[in-house]
Amino acid sequence: MGKTLFDKIWDAHVVKSVAKGLDVLFIDQHYVHEVTSPQAFDGLRNRGVQVLFPERCTATTDHNVPTVNQLKPIKDPLSATQVASLRENCKEFGIDFYGIGHEKQGIVHIIGPELGITQPGMTIVCGDSHTSTHGAFGTIAFGIGTSQVEQVLAAQSLILNRPKTMKIEVRGKLGFGVSSKDVILYIISNLGTQGATRHFVEYAGAVFLNMSMEERMTICNMSIEMGARGGLVGIDDKTINYVTSKTAIDEEKIAYWKSLNTDQDAKFDQVILLKGEDIQPMVTTGTAPDTGVSFGKNIGDASHLSEKALKYMQFKPEEKVDDQKIDYVFIGSCTNGRIEDLRIVANLVKGKKKANNVSVWVVPGSMKVRRQAVKENLDKIFLEAGFEFREPGCSACLAMNDDKIPPGSLCVSTSNRNFEGRQGDGARTVLASPLTAAASAITGKITDPRVFLNDN
Amino acid sequence: MIINSTTIPLPIDNVDTDQIIPAKFLKQIDKKGYGKNLFRNWRYLEGNTPNPSFILNAPERQNAAILLAGNNFGCGSSREHAAWAIADYGIRAIIATQFADIFKGNAYNNGILPIELEKQHVDSLTQASLDNPNLKIKIDLKRQKVVSSELGIKESFDIHPFKKQCLIEGVDETAFLINLRPEIQKFESKQTQLI
Repeated sequence: MGKTLFDKIWDAHVVKSVAKGLDVLFIDQHYVHEVTSPQAFDGLRNRGVQVLFPERCTATTDHNVPTVNQLKPIKDPLSATQVASLRENCKEFGIDFYGIGHEKQGIVHIIGPELGITQPGMTIVCGDSHTSTHGAFGTIAFGIGTSQVEQVLAAQSLILNRPKTMKIEVRGKLGFGVSSKDVILYIISNLGTQGATRHFVEYAGAVFLNMSMEERMTICNMSIEMGARGGLVGIDDKTINYVTSKTAIDEEKIAYWKSLNTDQDAKFDQVILLKGEDIQPMVTTGTAPDTGVSFGKNIGDASHLSEKALKYMQFKPEEKVDDQKIDYVFIGSCTNGRIEDLRIVANLVKGKKKANNVSVWVVPGSMKVRRQAVKENLDKIFLEAGFEFREPGCSACLAMNDDKIPPGSLCVSTSNRNFEGRQGDGARTVLASPLTAAASAITGKITDPRVFLNDN
Repeated sequence: MIINSTTIPLPIDNVDTDQIIPAKFLKQIDKKGYGKNLFRNWRYLEGNTPNPSFILNAPERQNAAILLAGNNFGCGSSREHAAWAIADYGIRAIIATQFADIFKGNAYNNGILPIELEKQHVDSLTQASLDNPNLKIKIDLKRQKVVSSELGIKESFDIHPFKKQCLIEGVDETAFLINLRPEIQKFESKQTQLI
């Protein structure tokens, strides 16, 4: 019987089995950020051990960093200490560190791929649940806790049980105005927040094959939101072209990568079949990412919507999502903070102005994304529209820095989580695609982006 | 390891780690003192007044070491701060129908026992706890049993023998891996040729 891409990568990384169903898995690449690593470095010091393979670790500051006047000292002393401690730890243990102001700084899951560090066939971890983003390159990439961060620093390995495999196949074509964010919100609303728990997902089918690498990253990024250990996409010419455009790769390695794809006769533990034609632009209505609904439907039609969530969101089930008045739009995050996302937004808003009732923050995912946006004059389009174009970081996705949505305010956000208080205490979050976020910024209401696209 | 304790019923599905410990409390660089902010936004009203309707604030639940949770407990962010907050608060075991994967691993790594039981058993334990805050449940890790003689419940739970051994003997997985370093280094030199 054939093997899946997941199985091939896993098997190639088993150092040894410690017990039935538990493997010591070698980790090729470890990404490190300031929030989930200080206690792990402390652990190393307490044990008196060095990082085993510092060259396999890459660190950046993203969660705490300001997105305005980034080079000034951080006001919050706790954030400042956390950021400084990562710099010191990286220096002490010999790890590449891209801090504030560094040309390579950015959200950890944005910079890994753009620097050519993320490569097919790898095992990749980070103390961050959205590590699944890197699965777009045909990798086993997943989030870990801080104890495990310490283990990877100390031994470049983890003791893991092998997840089950799930194939999510989306056949056919996407309709007009439907983007990758809508696809993943649709999948999550079908499966629920625990629908893929214990599983590693492979996204297969024409819809994903037709996507760009950046669109695939948006898909894989949100795998965790349905409980999956991670999610990956097969390796094709797009994958290889992306990686070889960032760094030199020899032919032998490319041949090896191609051999990793799922065999035709491979079996998955679970298979989900969906049709691209059934997917519409979607926004979430509740306080979990599985509460998506398409435009024109009643809020009460959303899946997995609890009364508790409706109450928090101040929504009524008989209302529609369309035309709900909003206060903020956040465009950014490891889900949708890449250059293609910013181009899509700029293309829609060019020559238009934001609504008066809305504050709009565009936060590029990395210094590199920001430089590229400026090079393409996207910054001018944003500023003319009344948007703020900020400096890179995680920003209002989790509001660890000053970028907080005030209590009770409604925010259309291109990020990944709409949990209670995620964007600030009492903040209400509606997850959406960059297109929907851009359209909503212009009207000041939750808006189906196809209205604007028809105009063109 | 035997835990014999009253319980805290929290029958809410999909409790995410942002609720267990909000992001603004993740700024420390040590592992200490997170318990005071456990379930912060549910536990306190504006102005740091304890929310009298939240179960953690009920006087009769103050020394409970067992949390009776809903399905998919600990979903969302990988923050181990959630496990640190729970352990620091004094909870030693959580019973639920299912845990989110990363949280489950973090719980083990902090000596918290995550126990998965069938829904009917979680429901009946939760109901009995709501009815009688003084109800005690015994968890026997060695025998892998959850017992309540009052309720006539004696349910087995699954745990991987390696995880069980780690919890009982206090084996540290990190030390285990550090001991494997020579083998891992050998693997790495082979690996470099391949990938």
